[in-house]
Amino acid sequence: MKLGLLIDLDTCVGCHGCATACKQWNTSGTIGPLSDSNPYGKDPDGAWLNRIRTYEVGDAPDSKTVHFPMSCLHCENADCVTVCPTGASYKREEDGIVLVDQDKCMGCNLCAWACPYGARELDHDQGVMKKCTLCVDRIYDQNLPEEERQPACVLTCPTSSRLFGDFDDPESEVSIKSRQRGGRDLMPELGYEPTNKYLPPREKATVEMFALDSTEDGFSLKSWVNKMIAR
Amino acid sequence: MVHVLLKRRLIDEEFLVRYTNAPQLIIHAPGSAEHGLILRTDEGEPAVWDQVSENYASACDPNVSPALVGEYQTPDGRTVKTAMALILEKYSDLQYAPENAAEQCGIAAEDIERFALEMAQIAFKESIRIDTEWTDWAGRKHDHFIGRPVSMHAMRGISAHSNGFQTCRALHLLQALLGTIDCPGGHLAKPPYPKHIPPHIKPARTCAPNTPLESPPLGFPTSPEDLLIDENGDPLRIDKAYSWDAPIASHGMMHMVIRNAVNADPYSIDTLMLFMANMAWNSSMNTAETMNMLREKDDNGEYKIPFIVSCDAFHSETVNFSDLVIPDTTYLERYDTISMLDRPISEPHAACDAIRHPILNTDRDVRSWQEVLIELGGRLELPLFIDENGGRRYKDYKDFIINYEKTPGIGFLAGWRGENGDQHLVGAPNPKQWEAYIENESFFELKLADNQRFLRHSNQGYLEFAKNAGWVGSTDQIVIELYSETLQSFRLAGEGLYDGPTPKTEEQAERLVKYFDPLPFFYKPLEQQQQDENQYPFYAINQRPMHMYHSWDSQNAWLRQITSHNYMYMNRKQAIDLGIDDLGWAWVESHNGRIRVQVKYMEAVEKNTVWTWNAIGKQAGAWGLTKDANESHQGFLMNHLISESLPKQKSITNSDPITGQAAWYDLKVNIRAALAEEQGSWPEFDEVKTLPRQQSTPDSVSYATHSNVNLNRSNRDILTRGGLK
Repeated sequence: MKLGLLIDLDTCVGCHGCATACKQWNTSGTIGPLSDSNPYGKDPDGAWLNRIRTYEVGDAPDSKTVHFPMSCLHCENADCVTVCPTGASYKREEDGIVLVDQDKCMGCNLCAWACPYGARELDHDQGVMKKCTLCVDRIYDQNLPEEERQPACVLTCPTSSRLFGDFDDPESEVSIKSRQRGGRDLMPELGYEPTNKYLPPREKATVEMFALDSTEDGFSLKSWVNKMIAR
Repeated sequence: MVHVLLKRRLIDEEFLVRYTNAPQLIIHAPGSAEHGLILRTDEGEPAVWDQVSENYASACDPNVSPALVGEYQTPDGRTVKTAMALILEKYSDLQYAPENAAEQCGIAAEDIERFALEMAQIAFKESIRIDTEWTDWAGRKHDHFIGRPVSMHAMRGISAHSNGFQTCRALHLLQALLGTIDCPGGHLAKPPYPKHIPPHIKPARTCAPNTPLESPPLGFPTSPEDLLIDENGDPLRIDKAYSWDAPIASHGMMHMVIRNAVNADPYSIDTLMLFMANMAWNSSMNTAETMNMLREKDDNGEYKIPFIVSCDAFHSETVNFSDLVIPDTTYLERYDTISMLDRPISEPHAACDAIRHPILNTDRDVRSWQEVLIELGGRLELPLFIDENGGRRYKDYKDFIINYEKTPGIGFLAGWRGENGDQHLVGAPNPKQWEAYIENESFFELKLADNQRFLRHSNQGYLEFAKNAGWVGSTDQIVIELYSETLQSFRLAGEGLYDGPTPKTEEQAERLVKYFDPLPFFYKPLEQQQQDENQYPFYAINQRPMHMYHSWDSQNAWLRQITSHNYMYMNRKQAIDLGIDDLGWAWVESHNGRIRVQVKYMEAVEKNTVWTWNAIGKQAGAWGLTKDANESHQGFLMNHLISESLPKQKSITNSDPITGQAAWYDLKVNIRAALAEEQGSWPEFDEVKTLPRQQSTPDSVSYATHSNVNLNRSNRDILTRGGLK
């Protein structure tokens, strides 16, 4: 299995719902807590597993706003794992999820430097590294109804811009949608082979104009003839 | 676009005849008291011209084929025209042609024409069909719905202009011409809407001690008789809603209360009670001046507003001005309803409502505002809250919600009614109703049947269902009013022709004549009519960020990490031309004052418009934030620039002259770069005093419901490099 997320950049509206739902679930999850420093003071900061960055592409008037949610991509070639000096970072054989064993992490930050996507964040209060777990403590929980065994970010997304599934299965929803819409790897040239895929913004739909009869010059009030329309 | 569609006759004439008042006959008698009113039959029903009998007929009669366009002479010699004829006359005028509209709105004429023709293409050439049997208002059976999938999205922006009401009407006119109202793919109502226009609720006229209001405080006036004015024509309400200044002010005019009270115009008050409004900060126009008004004293040294009560869960800026603070709970600590009797959470094809219930126990002596109101109702022995024996009828809020019935079987919550909780929408009170909602994750949803989903204004199956649920008072067709007789009656009053109350001042009369057009039109916003456009070339607007949309009432530890201060977003090229740096500080000035803000470049903003996030800026020391919080020194309010009255008519509200909606978005400003030494947001205000026993804020927090259960990696896995390629 190769579990991951398919994220639709065409329909993401940048509401940050996924980021806050993630923080809410995971602060009490297997990798929690996710601490905040100066929460009510100057320059508040904290550990998040998912952040949304907003970009403008092109210059006005041909510009486009793109909201770009970013969390761990659960790479096949995860350098963050190989650089870990204590073995705390690991990639699970059974489903490809990259996790950090909180008991073995010493907070050295090497993995965060190795990650080209900025997906790992050091919890300054806890002194250990935090990252997306794909809500491993939800997706296998037999106590949850089956439809809720999905990451918190996926469940909360108001525009259904996030899908969760197995990219190893060519018939899974994420594999099919990714094929249909040209799902992309982020920075494939680096060779990390990320599992998560991004669906690019779509071209604007073209709408035809109502074809006008060029000989017709419109009508005037005087020339109007009523149709017989029953009330 | 209306001009383009009418010129080419690209309109849904069946929709207009069947579902709107376009074929109704309007009396044409300029200078008389009946000019512009609807011709009525002897039974008082609107009249149409029936093409079959070639005679006048009732618009309510289904067995007629009304003329959509026409002009007729009545037997008593009056000239009448169909509303559609007036629509054609008005909008075929060249002032509405794309070339002329382009000058007003800045959209190129060919684009205006293209938009109109694209909409016509989708509406008429790419229509959709849903095969479902349904019955119309007159009992006639049909086997399908036609969908014209043109949808328009407009939210708060339009109604926050002083021409907003007529702009909304113009959009709906466009939708009606395209036949895209409540059809598949079109503009869909959400239950309990649509409702008959206007709803038969008039605003309460009088109030007296120990006496319930005769009707709700807000309602829908239909003629000058319904205004809340005294015998001199002066406003009865402190906010002047439903006066000549804002006759159809169906939301009330909270933005005027403090100013009116301080000016004793129309009168002074002894107590001001505030709930869910931060009137000393982001909920007021003209914030700096409003704070001064709250401090203002009369010649005897008494405050002009002697006693201020606020109810708040947090230490807001308004708390600081209050004589009495009623502590409120947060949303997480209370029972609450999002009720079908108010504005529920319905979807177009499902009636939905919802509750809140406490998920945290309160750790302090506090009751929710709802509980306080029920308690007050009982202690004041208001009739509704007293039983037959004079005892208290409702124990608490939960009890009130379960047992209060608006009419038999209909209460605040629509789901799981009846003694056994097996009835929906209508049913006896269910003592276990709250438990039923909680079991269903706080939501109730009832899907509409296939035959009830569209054309609900004229759909018998839906209207009967809606009447049973108490959403509408009758199953009569809800006729879409393209032509507003209500507005015309006020216009007649302005012309001195109305047979009833007429305005007392020239100013009032002029506003009625000018703006109460029974057909929608564009006019320059009132504030902009009274100032020099060249002096203030930029439009300035604000909005709430998505991630904080429902958290106006706090500054949340997580959300403020996403946004702890705001910028003034400005078109990049425009800012460069004005010599303003990205992230540089700039002065923004309106006729009402000036502020210093940090500018951020943006592509996706029109070149003559600037905008910012609202209510991010906070007064130092408020909201439990530390005094050096970003919100107070980098964040800012645009409110200081916005006046609650018009520049040249200080006693008249800066609002829509019809509805009294606050014209937040009419603001125009100029902008110039600040000097190098001018850094930080301005104005800054004195720090809010720390409250007695106020706890200091923590340096860090680690929220968790329980200690984490770590997933450990085995040493064997580490040693064998397991799981890695």
